[in-house]
Amino acid sequence: MFPNAFEYQSPTSLDEAVALLVEHGYEAKILAGGQSLLPMMKLRVAAPTVLVDLGRVPGLDARTENDRELSLGAMTRHASLEWDEDLWARYPLLRETAAWIADPLVRNRGTMAGSLAHADPAADWGAALLALHGSVTVDGPNGSRRVGADDFFVDVFTTRLEPDEVLTAVHIPRPEHDVFATHLKLERKVGDFAVVAVSLQVEIDGDGRIRRPGIGLAGVGPTSLHATAAASLLEGQPLSLELIREAAAKASAATDPASDRRGSADFKRDMVRLFVERGLRSIESRFDEGRRRSA
Amino acid sequence: MLISVTVNGQERTADVEPRTLLCYLVRDELSLTGTHVGCDTTSCGACTVLLDGVPVKSCTVLAVQVDGQELMTVEGLEQAGDLHPLQKGFWESHGLQCGFCTPGMLMTTYALLERNPDPTEDEIRRAISGNLCRCTGYQNIVKAVQYAAPLVREKREAAREVAR
Ligand SMILES: Cc1cc2nc3c(=O)[nH]c(=O)nc-3n(C[C@H](O)[C@H](O)[C@H](O)COP(=O)(O)OP(=O)(O)OC[C@H]3O[C@@H](n4cnc5c(N)ncnc54)[C@H](O)[C@@H]3O)c2cc1C
Ligand code: FES
Ligand code: FES
Repeated sequence: MFPNAFEYQSPTSLDEAVALLVEHGYEAKILAGGQSLLPMMKLRVAAPTVLVDLGRVPGLDARTENDRELSLGAMTRHASLEWDEDLWARYPLLRETAAWIADPLVRNRGTMAGSLAHADPAADWGAALLALHGSVTVDGPNGSRRVGADDFFVDVFTTRLEPDEVLTAVHIPRPEHDVFATHLKLERKVGDFAVVAVSLQVEIDGDGRIRRPGIGLAGVGPTSLHATAAASLLEGQPLSLELIREAAAKASAATDPASDRRGSADFKRDMVRLFVERGLRSIESRFDEGRRRSA
Repeated sequence: MLISVTVNGQERTADVEPRTLLCYLVRDELSLTGTHVGCDTTSCGACTVLLDGVPVKSCTVLAVQVDGQELMTVEGLEQAGDLHPLQKGFWESHGLQCGFCTPGMLMTTYALLERNPDPTEDEIRRAISGNLCRCTGYQNIVKAVQYAAPLVREKREAAREVAR
């Protein structure tokens, strides 16, 4: 199998990349890790006539961190987030999520930004970025803008990105308190997209109260979903079994899954409830254990 | 498009269409047919090659993307007639039956041992989770890697001695 013929462009600056996108409009597609786009082109589900490869644009693999946030350049690959121990303590959800995506070979090529731009509602990074209260930088002919994760996903495979825009960086707020995270995923086999996935992150302050909770959901709606009502139940509260169960039920009620070969809508809704409960309970017990150890 | 790559240490050039996949550059243009194409849909890992030392599925990379980069294929494992410890391991531990997945398995586990020369069984199993085998049940593939790991460590030690 091979794709339809196309023209290959490999710009060496962001301006050049944007100019190519402006010139070719809907005919052009950005190529990042190619782990979604190339399979689609081989199956002729996608047939762009121009490919604009980001692989030679300098600086897109940059990583910077200040006291407010971590910024990851668009060419940051899944594997680098899985293996960079430097990030694990402050940004545990990155590793928890990366390790669940596809298989190690796909993770060596695929990028976080490519996954977000692709906007598969079952993708893992979409759920994680929502749980992290992250945002993205988008560059286009009219300059640069920031889009928050809550605003980024529009519909199935549709985001706020215009065809002449490049997602250039992903930003994640730096936690201010102890941070706990987990990514739970139901998959039919290793490396498959989620039937259902739940991405969870909470910070817990010195008084044992939850701060900046985030609950991202994959596979249970037309986009990645943020269970905001469930998360706001948690804000400012200490974790308890009762609260956890209430939040899990709220998160489940926020979903809109479809029945398909991967499972019925009822089953998926129930899995969300179960995963939120299981995830928050594991966070609670890790928190309690940490406390006991330091006491 | 004219591209040049270093393949198993040798500089090679080829004239390819942009839509040529890396696996077909390797097999058809460079005549290195050790790299197999199994599923052709990014699922099986039979086509795994190392790109700048990193294992990737060569059916899901364009040849033009790797212009100027370094490739290693299964043909690069044997050195001066001497099988690589992993190749010996697959031989000794019966790590293959039909052998279709083997080139991909070898490249993935080569990269694993380069990064982590003393992997646990769990780490080996995770590392090969993108390489499918329809014959062996994986048991003997894991044993082959366990056979090779100490030999790779010895080789490294020896190389370090020489460097001193
Ligand atoms: C076998 C297999 C299993 C997989 N399993 C999972 C899984 O379990 N979970 C999961 O989440 N994903 C999974 N994926 C998808 C994988 O994570 C992809 O890497 C990811 O979806 C796309 O990233 P990419 O860098 O490869 O993007 P590409 O394939 O290069 O591009 C994807 C799309 O996004 C656009 N795009 C890419 N980068 C940008 C950018 N910077 N700005 C604007 N537009 C851009 C492209 O034009 C294209 O339309 C799987 C893929 C495979 C092949
Ligand atoms: S042939 Fe490339 S993954 Fe199967
Ligand atoms: S030995 Fe036959 S597929 Fe692995």
